[in-house]
Amino acid sequence: MSGKRASKLTRSDKLELYYWMRITRTLEERLVNLHRQNKLVGGLFRSLGQEADAVGSAFALEENDVLSSLTRNLGSLLIKGATPADVIRQHTATADSPTRGRDLGLHFANLERGFIGHISPLGDMVAVMAGVTLSFKVRGEKRVGLVYLGDGATSTGAFHEGINFAAVQRCPLVVIVESNGYAYSTPIAKQSAAKQFVDKAAGYGVAGDRADGNDVLAVHDATQRAVDRARAGGGVTLIELTTYRRRGHAEHDNQSYVPEGEVERWAAENDPIDRFVRVLLDREKVEQPELDAIDARVAAEVDLATDQALSSPQPAGPDALTDVYAGGSRVAPHWYRAPAAGRESERS
Amino acid sequence: MAEITYLEAIREALFEEMERDENVICLGEDVGVFGGAFKVTEGLQARFGGNRVIDTPISEIAIVGAAAGAAHMGMRPVAEMQFIDFIACAYDMLTNYVATSRYRTGLACPMVVRGPSGGYGRSGPFHSQNAEAAFLHTPGLKIVCPSTAEDAKGLLKSAIRDDDCVLFFEHKYLYRRIKGVMPAGDHLTPIGKARVARAGTDLSIITYGATVWKALDAAEELAKSGVAAEVIDLRTLAPLDDDAIVATVRKTNRVVIVHEDTRTGGIAGEITARINELCWEWLDAPVLRVTAHDVPLPSAPALEDFVLPQTADIVAAAQRLLTY
Repeated sequence: MSGKRASKLTRSDKLELYYWMRITRTLEERLVNLHRQNKLVGGLFRSLGQEADAVGSAFALEENDVLSSLTRNLGSLLIKGATPADVIRQHTATADSPTRGRDLGLHFANLERGFIGHISPLGDMVAVMAGVTLSFKVRGEKRVGLVYLGDGATSTGAFHEGINFAAVQRCPLVVIVESNGYAYSTPIAKQSAAKQFVDKAAGYGVAGDRADGNDVLAVHDATQRAVDRARAGGGVTLIELTTYRRRGHAEHDNQSYVPEGEVERWAAENDPIDRFVRVLLDREKVEQPELDAIDARVAAEVDLATDQALSSPQPAGPDALTDVYAGGSRVAPHWYRAPAAGRESERS
Repeated sequence: MAEITYLEAIREALFEEMERDENVICLGEDVGVFGGAFKVTEGLQARFGGNRVIDTPISEIAIVGAAAGAAHMGMRPVAEMQFIDFIACAYDMLTNYVATSRYRTGLACPMVVRGPSGGYGRSGPFHSQNAEAAFLHTPGLKIVCPSTAEDAKGLLKSAIRDDDCVLFFEHKYLYRRIKGVMPAGDHLTPIGKARVARAGTDLSIITYGATVWKALDAAEELAKSGVAAEVIDLRTLAPLDDDAIVATVRKTNRVVIVHEDTRTGGIAGEITARINELCWEWLDAPVLRVTAHDVPLPSAPALEDFVLPQTADIVAAAQRLLTY
């Protein structure tokens, strides 16, 4: 699939793609270590083996485009400007995490940098991104939105309503369906009777495309075409990226439902980083020391981010009461939570 | 100044706000060319164009979700539910996404979700509901229920300018039955402030929406036997105006709470609890409730009338309070 478009990427672009995939993996490996040391709050969701689909696609966006990531799109958030320290803080729920300890993992947003993390009910962000891109259309801005979902989320009503609404309005929206084999434990065959998810594009009257999600150049190529189409007023594109989830739904998941040897086969034969390294060495005349230097830079950045995040303070309990509403709002603490002086009144 | 109906007051608010701020857009089912099932948005698309008055598919999740996304980007969307009963389809989007967005990520959702609610119209289980209690339980949402034409306009204009999501529950029984003269100029009614619809000293009837008018009828009836009932129109349910509730309790010492919505888990239970917490010692009688019975709302006139609160029920409750 890596056609003419992909050849427009310069050698340095391609080294950058390698950097983003490598830092995604290294950062997640660091999170695994912290998880095993009981230093994380909540579960840990990996994108091992899927780094190319998040990185290749997000790399096709311009700075003022907006994306909404899902569980396994850490790489896309990093490209959009989320820092490794903030990602770790989101997993340690510190007072200075992007959500100030209120939400976990990749559930965070930074509109100035152009990303809106997902929420746990799947498919909702397709409808929200329909609205984000509707605003681009109403205002005549040449901006594009990108929303990710997995094979499982295509079964939700929110996905259906969101993509249909965006299609009718010809919103500048790219919808990426990452087909990674499993939704938690449920295999694709029990999720949808469609032979392939790209077939759904026809039903919505939108452009459809399909690419090898473990080939970062093919992912970039397909996404670039869809982004160009959206920016030119051509409306929605649904892209199916085929990939494989090599870890369980989260780290607690022992993958007992996965046939023996399947994970190992994907790891050995179809790792997106290994594949891209071969492309860089064989076709791009990159020398191994260049990649080693990137790896060393990534390791140093992740070490620094870890040190920064682990020294972050925990939030204080009463911090939970602010900003439910605008204007610096603060919910009054219940009398049994208030300082003793405040206990005369039972105003809750 | 000519009187206009409650419905026309809502339309006037939409016109004025769309005129004032180009970020205000309307979206919903049949709101454009057709002007909405009740004609609330009639003429809006002709004036402001299809880019700002958007006919949507039958997709409440997408209507609310798209409003949230556009609101993130600085627009001020007004999303219509064709009947408020259908807001249930968007419950996830409102409670899980819209209500938590600012608190979690700092992304605001300045948007209004409005629509016709309520019974007394023989419209049956799916065109008569009151949705407020289902959302009162969710921090992050505001809830407004106007009873007068003046408030319908002033509260909607305030809701559109509010920096949070406001659920604006219009009462369709009032659409064409209630009229008012709009105050001159940029008429804004503050969200979160109740009003004294009728002053009195003997007991308080606390209510909102269509039952404000039944409470006023009951107060008139009670006045014939020398009882001075105070009627409090809450206007906003979230945030509740605790000060107004406490003030009327301290004044009359007897309270009946009236609402058209079903009883269990309803607004009256919450208000009763607040009275217990804030001013229990000022009561001379237990707080009473006059509400719908806990059944889906049936269509036949005899059934609907039996289920919903009527003026005579409020009078009976008042008399019981006075003889406690």
